[in-house]
Amino acid sequence: MTQETLKPLEKKALIELLYQLADDDFLLAFRGSEWLGLAPHIEEDVAFSSISQDMMGHANLYYNLLENLGEGEADRIAHLRSPDQFRNAIILEEVNGPGTYLKEPDYDWAFTVVRNYFYAVHKHIRLDSLRHSSYEPLAEAARKIMTEQYYHLMHWEIWFKQLMTSTDEATLRMTEAIQKVWRDFGGVLTLGPYYEDIVKANFIDDENVMKKRWNNKIEAVLKEVGASYPGEPRMERGNGRNGVHTEDLKQATATLSEVYATNPSTGW
Amino acid sequence: MSELKSSMTDSVMDALGDVKDPEIASVSILDLGMVHEVDVTDDKVRISVLPTFSGCPALHIIERDIKKAIENVEGITSAEVKFVFTPSWTTDRITAEGRERLKEFGISPPPANHVMGEPWEIDCPYCGSTYVTMENIFGPTACRSILYCKSCKNPFEAMKPVADMG
Repeated sequence: MTQETLKPLEKKALIELLYQLADDDFLLAFRGSEWLGLAPHIEEDVAFSSISQDMMGHANLYYNLLENLGEGEADRIAHLRSPDQFRNAIILEEVNGPGTYLKEPDYDWAFTVVRNYFYAVHKHIRLDSLRHSSYEPLAEAARKIMTEQYYHLMHWEIWFKQLMTSTDEATLRMTEAIQKVWRDFGGVLTLGPYYEDIVKANFIDDENVMKKRWNNKIEAVLKEVGASYPGEPRMERGNGRNGVHTEDLKQATATLSEVYATNPSTGW
Repeated sequence: MSELKSSMTDSVMDALGDVKDPEIASVSILDLGMVHEVDVTDDKVRISVLPTFSGCPALHIIERDIKKAIENVEGITSAEVKFVFTPSWTTDRITAEGRERLKEFGISPPPANHVMGEPWEIDCPYCGSTYVTMENIFGPTACRSILYCKSCKNPFEAMKPVADMG
C-alpha cells in the first residue's frame, strides 16, 4: 500500500498507529535525555545519550510519515499537540524519579533499566513485524530503525541481566522496579481503539500475537536470572492509546517544547 | 546518454565529492556510499541520498551542503535532495577510499560484509594491531564506537557496523 491507495478507514487506522509508534519513542527518548550527565558512569552517559538521540530520530521518522499523510509539519506535530492528543503508553511518560534534572535529581536507575529493557524487547518485536507492513513507507522506516535498535536492545539486556544477578541490593531494587513497571506495561503492548482496523489492513501483526512473543521472551529472561514471572502486565492507570495521560506527560511536553513554542514560525 | 548530459553528470559527481561529512572532515558522502541516484535533466538535478543513522543531526547539514555544491555547478539551476530508505545504507557501502580516509581521521573502518550478531574484528587505525578492547559500543556520534589499542596505547574510534537486517 502507498499513500495513494489507502482507503479512508485504513488511513485513519494507520495514522493512529503512527502516533503510537512516534510518541512511544519520543517520550522515552526525552526521559532518557534527562539522564544526561547523571548516568552511573561516564561511558553510560555516552551510550545512553546516543541511544536517546537515535530514538528521537526514530520518532522523527514516524512524524515525517505523518506529515506525508497530511497531519501537518513534523515539528509542529511533535511540539504543538495538547497532552490528550498523545498516543504513547503511560509508563513511558513517567518521570525518572523525584526531583528534576536541574534540581536535586534523585533518579531511579533500576526503574530506567527495567523500563528501557522491557520497551526495547517490545520495540524489537514490533519492528520485526513492521518491516513486513503492508504500508511500504512504514516497512522501509522499520527496516532502517531496526539496524540501530539492535544495539539498544543489546545494551539494556546487558544492564538488566547484570543488575539482576549482582548484589542483594541491586536485585532488590530491580525486583521493585519490575513490579512498578509491570503495573502499567500493558499499555505498551496494546494497539488501542483502532486495533481491529490496524490489524485488518496488515499494517502490523495482531497485538495478541506480539503480546505473546513479549511475554514468552521476558518469562525466559526472568527465569534465566532466577526471578519469577509475575503474570500478564497490567494497565492500571489507563490506556495512553486513548489519549489518557498523567501529569508527567504535561511536564514532559512543556519542557520539550518550551523553546519551540516561543515562536513556532521560526526555523529552529 | 548524450555527451552533454554525460559531462554534466560528471561535473555533478565531482561536486558531490567535495561534500564532506560535517563530523568526519576527511570523508565525502560518496566515500560513505550515501549517494543512491543522481538524475540530471537539462539544468535540474534530482539526487536521492541514503541516511546513515536516523537521528544524525548532520543529515540536515549534508542536505544543505549538497544543494549548495550542486547549484554551484555551471549550467545547473536547481537541485532537489531527497532522503530514501531503500536500499538501506549499510557500512558495506563505504568505498575502499572511504575506508582509508576514515583511518586517517583515527576511525577504524567497519568490517566488510558484517553479519549482524557476529563478533567484529577491528584493527587499530594507527598501528594496525588486532590487540584492542571495546570500551563502548556507543560513541561521540551515533555512528561510532570507542576502543582502545593495547599495543600502541592509543584510544581510537570505529564505525559501528550496520548491516541490512532484511
